[in-house]
Amino acid sequence: MRAHFTASRLTVVAMFLCLMLASLWLAPQALAANPDGEIGQAVGTVDADTWRQVKNGGNSIDSRHDSNYSLINQSGETWRQIRNRWISPGGLIALGGMLAVLVIFYLLVGRNNLDHPRSGKLMLRWTALERAMHWTLATLFLTLAITGINLLWGKFVFRNVFGDVFWANMIMATKVIHNYVGPLFSIMLILVLAKWLKLNLPKKHDLDWFRQGGGMMKGKHPDAGFANGGEKAWYWILATVGLVVIASGLVLDFPIFGQTRDNMQWANVFHGIASLMLIAVSFGHIYIGTAGTEGAFEGMKTGYVDETWAKQHHNLWYDEVKQAEAADPAADPATAPDDSLARQQRPN
Amino acid sequence: MAQMKFLCDAERCIECNGCVTACKNANETEWGVQRRRVVTLDDGKPSEVSISVACMHCDDAPCMAVCPTDCFYKTDDGIVLHDKDICIGCGYCLYACPFGAPQFPQQGAFGERGKMDKCTFCAGGPAESPEEEFEKYGANRISEGKLPLCAEMCSTKALLAGDAETVSDIFRQRVVYRGHEDGAWSPVDKASHPETSANLTTSSVQQADHLAYDAARKG
Repeated sequence: MRAHFTASRLTVVAMFLCLMLASLWLAPQALAANPDGEIGQAVGTVDADTWRQVKNGGNSIDSRHDSNYSLINQSGETWRQIRNRWISPGGLIALGGMLAVLVIFYLLVGRNNLDHPRSGKLMLRWTALERAMHWTLATLFLTLAITGINLLWGKFVFRNVFGDVFWANMIMATKVIHNYVGPLFSIMLILVLAKWLKLNLPKKHDLDWFRQGGGMMKGKHPDAGFANGGEKAWYWILATVGLVVIASGLVLDFPIFGQTRDNMQWANVFHGIASLMLIAVSFGHIYIGTAGTEGAFEGMKTGYVDETWAKQHHNLWYDEVKQAEAADPAADPATAPDDSLARQQRPN
Repeated sequence: MAQMKFLCDAERCIECNGCVTACKNANETEWGVQRRRVVTLDDGKPSEVSISVACMHCDDAPCMAVCPTDCFYKTDDGIVLHDKDICIGCGYCLYACPFGAPQFPQQGAFGERGKMDKCTFCAGGPAESPEEEFEKYGANRISEGKLPLCAEMCSTKALLAGDAETVSDIFRQRVVYRGHEDGAWSPVDKASHPETSANLTTSSVQQADHLAYDAARKG
C-alpha cells in the first residue's frame, strides 16, 4: 500500500519535470521578438467606424460601478462653447443693454405722470393676499437672479477683490441658496400664475394697446382692462419662459433621478438663456412699476390706486368698476379689501 | 518645463484594472469614487480593445473654463489640480470633461453633490499640511519624485505617465517596432511583411497609433 503510494507520487513528479523541460524549450519561441507577429495579433478593427461609434458613445463599457459614460464625452465641448461663448457674453449684453435702454428712455422721455390731478378717491387694485404673493415671488426671484448672476460672472470680480477665503464662502452660500430657493420659487410662480390667469387672458383691445406702443410715449393712453397689454405680456413670458426656467432648474437641482450628462448640459443651456431673458425683462417690469410710472408702485405697496390713475392706465377696468358700483351701491371698496371684493371689482 | 501626460497604449492594455486598484489604494479615495476607469470598446467581440482613462490633464482644460468658482489651476508641470475649499460641487466640470474624470461623493440632502474629486496625477493639491493634503486629495507622489502609481504598476506598461516628450518617444519606439517605417506616419508596407496574418487589417492599427501619437506629441 505504502509502496504503491510512493510510486504514484514519483510518476507525478516525473511528469511535472517533463512539462518543465518542454516549456523551457518552448518558451524562447513564444517570447521571440517578432514585430510582424505582434502587429498581426494586434487590435484588429480600430478603424474609422470604431471612432464614429466612440463619438456616438454606443459601443463601450467601463469599469466604474453603474457607469453609463462613453469613452469620450463629445457634447461636453459643445456645451462649453455654448455656455462660455454665447450665453455668458450674450447675457451680459442682454442685461446691460436693457439697463442702458431704460436709463436712456428715462432721460429722454421721463416718468409717465398722471395727466390730471389726483382725485383723492381710492380704488382697490391688489388684495393683501395678492400683494403678499407678489412680494414673496419678487423676493425669491431677485434672490435667484443675484445668486444666478454670481454663479455665472462672480468669479471675474469677487475672487480678485476679496480673496480666496471670502470667495469660497460666498460662492458656496450662493450655490446653496440658489438650489434651495429654486424649488420655493417654482411653487410660488405656479401659484401666482394660477391666481392671475383670468386677469391675463388676452383680449382684442390688447392688440391695439401694443399697436400704440402701450402709450409709452407721452400723451397716448390706449384702452386697457385690469391688466394692460404689457402686464399680460409679462404674465405670459413668466408662464412660458418662467416654466422653462423651473423645469430645467429642477433637472439640475436634483441629480439623483438618472439624468445623464447630456440632459444636464441641455438643461443648463435652457436654464441660462431663459433665466437671463427673464432677468432682462424683469428690469423693464421693475422700472415701469417704480420710477417709470407715477402711482404704480403705491398700488402694489398699499393695494389701492387713485381713481385718476385707474382712469388713465386702465380705463376699461375703471368703467366696469364704476358700473358695478352703480348697480350695487352697497359695496364700498374701501371697507373690505378681500378676495371676494377683488373679484367684484374685476369684471375683467 | 515638463508637460505631464498619460498615454494608454490600447494594444497593450489587457483590462486587468490594476491601474484602477493602484489608484484607489494610493489615494484612498472616498467610497464610490474611482478616479480611473478602464473603458472597453466592442466588449466580447474579436475587435475588443480596452483603454484606461482618468483626468488627462488637458492643456486647454474644459473643466477650468466652465468652473463657476475658478477652483482649478495648472501646475508648472502641466498638471490640472483643483482647490476643494473653493469647489461647490455644481457639476459643471463633469458636463464639460471629455473623459468623465470628475466625480462627486453624494453628501448633502436631495442628492446634493459633495466636493469634486478627480485624478491629480498623484500630485496632491492645495493644503496646509501633508496630512490634510492626503485626506483631501490623496497621494502626492510627484513631490517625492515618483510618477503616478497607476502607470508605475501597469503590468503590461500599457499605461505610461510622465513628460509628454518622454512618453511619446517610448510610444513611438513601440510603433516603429510594430512595423511602421516612420513613426506611424505612413502605412505599413504589407508586402514586405508577408508573415503578417492577412485577415487582420493593419491600417486600422496605424490609425489608432496615429491618434494616440498625435495626442501625445501635441502634449
